[in-house]
Amino acid sequence: MITTPQIDVVAIGPELVLVGSAIVVLLVPVVWRGLAHVAVLGLSLAGVAGALVASVLLWNREGEPTALAGAVAVDRFGVVVRLLLLVIAAIGLVYGHHYFERSDEWRAEFYALVLLATSGMTLIAVAADLIVVFLALEILSLALYVMTGLSSRLGSVEGAMKYFLLGAFSSAFFLFGVAMAYGATGSTSLASISRALAGATEGVALALAGMGLLAVGFAFKVSAVPFHMWTPDVYQGAPTAVTAYMSAATKVAGFAALIRVFNVALQPLAWDWRPLVWALAAISVVVGSVLAIAQTDIKRMLAYSSISHAGFVLTGVVAAGETGIRAALFYLAAYAFTVLGAFGVVMLVSARGELRTTLASYRGLGRRSPLLAALLALFLLSLAGIPPTAGFVAKVYVFGAAVDVGAWPLALVGVVASVVAAFFYLRVIVLMYMQEPEGVAETDETVLPRLAVSVPAFAVLALGVFPGLIAGFLDRAAVLRW
Amino acid sequence: MPWLTIVIFLPLVGIPFLLWRGLSDAYAKWLTLSVMLADLAFAVGALAAFDQSASGYQLVEQVEWVSSVGLSYLVGVDGFSIWLVVLSAVMFPIGVLSAWGVTHRVRELMALTLGLQTVVIGAFCALDVLLFFVFFEALLFPMFLIIGIWGSARRVYASVKFFLYTMLGSAFILVGLLYLWAQASQQFGQGSFDIRLLEQLSLSVGEQRWLFLAFFIGFAVKVPVFPLHTWLPDAHTEAPTLGSIVLAALLLKAGPYGMLRFNLDLFPEAARYFADAIAVLALIGIVYGAIVAMMQTDVKRLVAYSSVSHMGFVVLGIFTLTSEGTSGAVIQMVNHGLSTGLLFLVVGILYERTHTREIADMGGLARVTPGIAAAFLVASLSSIGLPGLNNFIGEFLVILGAFGSNRLFGAIAVTGVVLGAVYMLWAYQRTFEGPPVDRWRGIRDVLPREIAAIVPIVALMVVIGVYPKPVLERIDPSASGVVRWVRAVETDQEGLPGGIRAEVQPSYRPPPEAQTVGPG
Repeated sequence: MITTPQIDVVAIGPELVLVGSAIVVLLVPVVWRGLAHVAVLGLSLAGVAGALVASVLLWNREGEPTALAGAVAVDRFGVVVRLLLLVIAAIGLVYGHHYFERSDEWRAEFYALVLLATSGMTLIAVAADLIVVFLALEILSLALYVMTGLSSRLGSVEGAMKYFLLGAFSSAFFLFGVAMAYGATGSTSLASISRALAGATEGVALALAGMGLLAVGFAFKVSAVPFHMWTPDVYQGAPTAVTAYMSAATKVAGFAALIRVFNVALQPLAWDWRPLVWALAAISVVVGSVLAIAQTDIKRMLAYSSISHAGFVLTGVVAAGETGIRAALFYLAAYAFTVLGAFGVVMLVSARGELRTTLASYRGLGRRSPLLAALLALFLLSLAGIPPTAGFVAKVYVFGAAVDVGAWPLALVGVVASVVAAFFYLRVIVLMYMQEPEGVAETDETVLPRLAVSVPAFAVLALGVFPGLIAGFLDRAAVLRW
Repeated sequence: MPWLTIVIFLPLVGIPFLLWRGLSDAYAKWLTLSVMLADLAFAVGALAAFDQSASGYQLVEQVEWVSSVGLSYLVGVDGFSIWLVVLSAVMFPIGVLSAWGVTHRVRELMALTLGLQTVVIGAFCALDVLLFFVFFEALLFPMFLIIGIWGSARRVYASVKFFLYTMLGSAFILVGLLYLWAQASQQFGQGSFDIRLLEQLSLSVGEQRWLFLAFFIGFAVKVPVFPLHTWLPDAHTEAPTLGSIVLAALLLKAGPYGMLRFNLDLFPEAARYFADAIAVLALIGIVYGAIVAMMQTDVKRLVAYSSVSHMGFVVLGIFTLTSEGTSGAVIQMVNHGLSTGLLFLVVGILYERTHTREIADMGGLARVTPGIAAAFLVASLSSIGLPGLNNFIGEFLVILGAFGSNRLFGAIAVTGVVLGAVYMLWAYQRTFEGPPVDRWRGIRDVLPREIAAIVPIVALMVVIGVYPKPVLERIDPSASGVVRWVRAVETDQEGLPGGIRAEVQPSYRPPPEAQTVGPG
């Protein structure tokens, strides 16, 4: 007999609101043809706000650690990740609205896709069963493939195709990993896998193989070396607004799932996965930082920088447990705001289409547009980890977590790589401030996206000067319930 | 009264006004100067509130910053740092006066300089290791922009080199201090960056030595200690006069100050272990810097290399591990700030008129510009340690300390003084004496605003040179305290159990509850 699980809608309230508003956003412009574009943006933002409220309601929820027959976890880790993802989505929506309006490619699908992708991401952050993780992974990936190809430029379509093909491969790896984990433990629920693995002596080989394949799937999503090949092409090809959203949100969601799977289901294998994560982290920071030096396009440069930042988050993950989770969460928040802001400025500088994304087009920006140059400088400093920005505090957090568990060589690799990385961030600042502008270039003076860019700027400074603002929440969110 | 917090953050008050586009350049300069003079007043107030007889940290202020990781806003000064704070407050307004002739993006320059002042003074006051690191690292960006935007021909190269070089050095400090934090969280059950707690840690000999090296490399780049000095000539030469003054007078001091504060305090055993090796590096720096300075054809580069030589004295003084040497090193930091600051100021004034820095192009300028020549001569004489001027007392103490620790060190250090006299006086002779060059016949002598910048430095040089007692008697308790601390465990070969350190502790630092000696 099949027992129907109790349906607890509150536990997946944010996801329901997001999917619901995605459907509304898709249908309303069809029914009401003359609807202003701004109204569609407003509807989507309302959906995000509703999901925010639904997430906050879960903050103080006690009782069962999982809901819906063990499918989703109910914990503060999930709430914090959801809030972060929803803020990213809101800013991404504003960017995208402006971007597609500007290039006369406006479509209502964009808003629905962002909402759907976000629903997949928030779901993956709380997924407590490997099947749900896979489901959420597919929801978010499919939406992202389409968003990458939303523009009719060749690069955009090419990027989408690459992303899709390689993404399909990685999903297959992930699914294979799920199958192996099931084979080893007889369950796909994270909690049951953990219990089965604890003290298990037989079948560990199968579990280890499963762990490796799951790691491949996650490493692809968060673009860690050597599964990073898609990142530069996709970041460069996708419409800049989509890149902004994707680079911030995918990383947060991918790492949230990785952290939960590795710290719950695979926690008994921690001694086995630590060296693996260690190696991924070290290779990612080095390769990402070194390859970024050779780039001449700012979007590509930021793509390689995102690879090295995946390595920095992994440095925190190595620490496992509460310290590691807290460090990784802070890093993700700092990185998400920084990279959202950086791509936002790139979008405004490149004005209409993707014409000016070469590094050379930043020459003399400090003269042409002091505000944008100052904002970009702030974001680049945060990426480089210079105080008083969020990026610095985040680096202290992850390196501190790594040193705390004795992984100081990894921290050493990390700090040296961040000096290498500082070189290419500085190069952009040199171009902006120490060289004179060439010719007259139009800059985008629209107010709304400028406001949207100043939100991350404010966050980067606030978290850099007063990390205590969110440190308290992160401390309480660093405990995974299962 | 929270003296230090005011001194640290007062300069920031000027920045919002400077961001206003309507502000004229002249007002921007006056505004910056008045903010800095107000800051100087508070720095003098802090000096007055400083109790000269105590050896521990004074004027301590502590506010929780991120409580869950044990990070706090913790500032305080002792006999070392109070002087560096005062020196910073003196040299920044002088730097601004030197930049009075700048016409390119004045508001931005002034805003960056104010920001730089906050982080420089903050670095000298921080007693929380991470807070120190925040300030130490935050120095880089404003200085990078000042060199890169307002510098001369190869400014971009010099600024990037300066930034990356220093950042690489401090990367090791970051790992080292995180290691200390992790040790604290194991040994005390709560991670901390408070130096007063970290010095109680018991670390194995091996740990101490590695950590010492991590911190030392970071600070050695900043000093700079030979062979990590190659960024310095480029940065100093390409920087605008304001940048050179701040860089030479203040930023370089963060290096030896860091060694004194952190290397000696946290790793006393390692400090003794490495002392001779570092002293040798310092001596190489003294002689090498002097010889290379002699060979320079560019007068600004000459002054830059003279810094390598003079900073060698400071490092030598610290690692003689004698109280004379340490006191000498601290007063020498102040002296070098004054004399090299004045040298860069004068070279800058000269460059504004002649647009050349080549010594060969000048000559006979003493006839045309007697005022500039006099200032350069005073700075040179101070720099070579003429008795009656400030450097004499510092170099004397350092050499005394060096003889105390190893006669050979003392003997080599003395040759540095002799070589210093050669390159400085030779430079003076080639630049200002001899037959006048026709090209420079019409150039102006010192202007009133330049005199306003020169006179305070010369006055301080004479005061310290003639009557160094008020300075020295505030340095001495801290200097003998740190030397006693480093030497206290000399007999102990097997690491440093916390017990032994705790016994030495009270004589050096007052117990935590008595630490706020400040006036109210």
